[in-house]
Amino acid sequence: MAEKNDTEIREDLEETLPRFLVSSSPHIHEGTRIGDIMRLVIIALAPAALFSVYLFGLRALLTIAVSVSSAVIFEAAWQKIARKPVTIGNMSAALTGLLLALNLPSTSPWWMILVGTLFAIIVAKQFYGGLGYNIFNPALVGRVVLLIAFPAQMTARWVAPSAWGMNAVTTATPLGRVREALLSTGHLDVHLTRHEVFNLLLGNRAGSLGEVSVVLLAAGGIFLIARKIVTWHIPVSFIGSVWAMTGVFHLVNPARYADPSFHVITGGLFLGAFFMATDYVTSPITPAGKLVFGVGCGAITVVIRLFGAYPEGVSFAILLMNAFTPLIDRYLKPTVFGARKGRTGPGV
Amino acid sequence: MAGRRFPGGVHPAYGKDLSDRRAIERMPLPGRLIVHFAQNVGTAPRPVVKKGDAVKKGQVIAEPQGFISVPLHAPTSGVVQALDVFPHPAGADMQAAVIIPDGADEWAPGLDAERGTEGFDAERIVSIIRDAGLVGMGGAAFPTHVKLSPPKEMPIDLLIINGAECEPYLTGDHRLMLERPDAILEGASYFARSLGVKRVIVAIEKNKPDAIETMRIGALSRGYTVAGLDVVYPQGAERQLIYALTGRKVPAGGLPMHVGVLVQNVGTALAASEAIRFARPLVERVVSVTGSGTVAPRNVLARIGTTFDDLIAFCGGRHPDAGKVVSGGPMMGVAQYSLEAPVTKGTTGVVVLRQREVAQFVNEVCIRCGRCVRACPMRLNPSVLGIFAEHFRFDDMREHHVADCIECGCCSYVCPSRRPMVHHFRRAKAEIRSAASGAI
Repeated sequence: MAEKNDTEIREDLEETLPRFLVSSSPHIHEGTRIGDIMRLVIIALAPAALFSVYLFGLRALLTIAVSVSSAVIFEAAWQKIARKPVTIGNMSAALTGLLLALNLPSTSPWWMILVGTLFAIIVAKQFYGGLGYNIFNPALVGRVVLLIAFPAQMTARWVAPSAWGMNAVTTATPLGRVREALLSTGHLDVHLTRHEVFNLLLGNRAGSLGEVSVVLLAAGGIFLIARKIVTWHIPVSFIGSVWAMTGVFHLVNPARYADPSFHVITGGLFLGAFFMATDYVTSPITPAGKLVFGVGCGAITVVIRLFGAYPEGVSFAILLMNAFTPLIDRYLKPTVFGARKGRTGPGV
Repeated sequence: MAGRRFPGGVHPAYGKDLSDRRAIERMPLPGRLIVHFAQNVGTAPRPVVKKGDAVKKGQVIAEPQGFISVPLHAPTSGVVQALDVFPHPAGADMQAAVIIPDGADEWAPGLDAERGTEGFDAERIVSIIRDAGLVGMGGAAFPTHVKLSPPKEMPIDLLIINGAECEPYLTGDHRLMLERPDAILEGASYFARSLGVKRVIVAIEKNKPDAIETMRIGALSRGYTVAGLDVVYPQGAERQLIYALTGRKVPAGGLPMHVGVLVQNVGTALAASEAIRFARPLVERVVSVTGSGTVAPRNVLARIGTTFDDLIAFCGGRHPDAGKVVSGGPMMGVAQYSLEAPVTKGTTGVVVLRQREVAQFVNEVCIRCGRCVRACPMRLNPSVLGIFAEHFRFDDMREHHVADCIECGCCSYVCPSRRPMVHHFRRAKAEIRSAASGAI
């Protein structure tokens, strides 16, 4: 009788012995995947994004479409060329594209959007190793590159909102207006009437696509906090510190420094605080670290707005604090359950 | 109950309804028993039987080696067919005695005899418990007599009987509390007597209201209290349990006795009353054989040494698409590669999972979402520990307190990248241990 070869022996064994997966515990999983998280963030941004189409019309829709699709295509292309697994299914690139679009004026030319997503996806994210390894928020890198490279397109072509963008009149952003008034007349031109506040909250003002509707952004942010996708620490400390610090300056010199409420509901603060500063990869992981990060973002924003060369500082503030994230995580570790602060081992 | 909430924790699907209404059933003696010598934490006992020896039920077949070691007893009467290497449910292949039951199930002389226990002092109680081979039956398998012998400078003022049973699927402790409440409380009274402790709390998660009610009735007459605990995993872990009940925090790297507490599992308390009142050494235990891959989930009173194959067969067999067999619960249990692995003193359950339920953990990249940080009941930062592990930076892991990890699995359970964190942490602990022993 011929001896069995290895394959036959193995086949025999497989018929008689059960085969079980053997791996380390735990053996079950809650079920959430990265794509589920990204999808929820996109859903949270959807109301503000859709409202921007109402406010700024077809141009807004085109900006979003170009930005999202180019971000996804760049990511897939890079991963194909680099022979890495293509991970566009986790929707991280789509979210980056959406966030960048919401940070752009509705008048952005298509080629400029491509430059933005190229820097966001390829330079800020893939050059560093892809999702999880990037130091700086990709969408903000894209935005700031455009802000510096194309100042005219990024800062001088704001249009006032109108129904479906039918009546697009060039105007300035609220923060830009404040700065111009300050530079030309030496004092502020801010009159926070009830009507004005209402318009600012709703989004009836010039600005980037996604930054204008404070109400919808806040609703999306609260949705994310309720779904435990992000925690309250960064948004609250970021917005709170902007409010507190601008409040102090306003008390000292109301003719030069605007009302803190004005600072909180203008510019990109809500978009930045809820959706950009909370980016997992580039912000601290512990609650204490998040608070430090948020206050740091707030302080830098206020300094840039009140004393810097730009009317708005949220993007720069977040990017600067991104650089501090590893350091913050290193020094603000959670205290081990049962350990006294700064001590290890039995603390008896 | 004040009910302090420990940090972190998760809420897995419990799946306890598969077996929690099935009364404990005694399994008929199988055709052979594979009795591992390594069944307790510490030093394994040394075999004192050889191939061909006839043994009686309860006869010592291995003698303890040193203080942290307990004897091992023959689970039934029969013949030692072989001493050989067999799969151990904890993972490796280890030495075991194969006993072929003779069917008579006859006790060794002097055992299985009820006796009055009023005169037993602490020393007597502890020595009976050691001689009966008792270990922690909640899964840890730490010798019970060692826990009952705290140093004099560490007085114990509180005994906690742990009926939390927070692992998904497992229902053995639940059934024991419903069916043997008085025996459990009697066992607790021996622990209390040996320690000189007045205050005894039976701790049960609130998802077992019937057990809380049953135990409360028995506890009342003894002056013990029953505490209902919030349902959150890992509520039954010693440190988390002690904090939930007392607000005391066991110091990192320390033991419950450092805060004056001793925790014993309900199964261990039952085994203590069996040993002390009835002179029965530990030869059997309740095992939940469950999970959706088991055809007829049950709570089985099985002899030590019963193979998982025999156990599962007793419970209707397994579904054809069974993908994983776990000794213990699905959060902390050990996956089995062979159903020849047998029940040991620490086997709380055998959970058979179907292929679609089995989570595959891969090393996808950490996106630093912080879910693991929120879930960790020891307040570690599993995210950074996992990243260090991938780069073999075990010294950094030590500085980030990997030694305090209790391996509960919460971090991996919530990780959207499905990173095998517990695997990394076990490896790091082993590397740190071997580095430390190599340095001496």
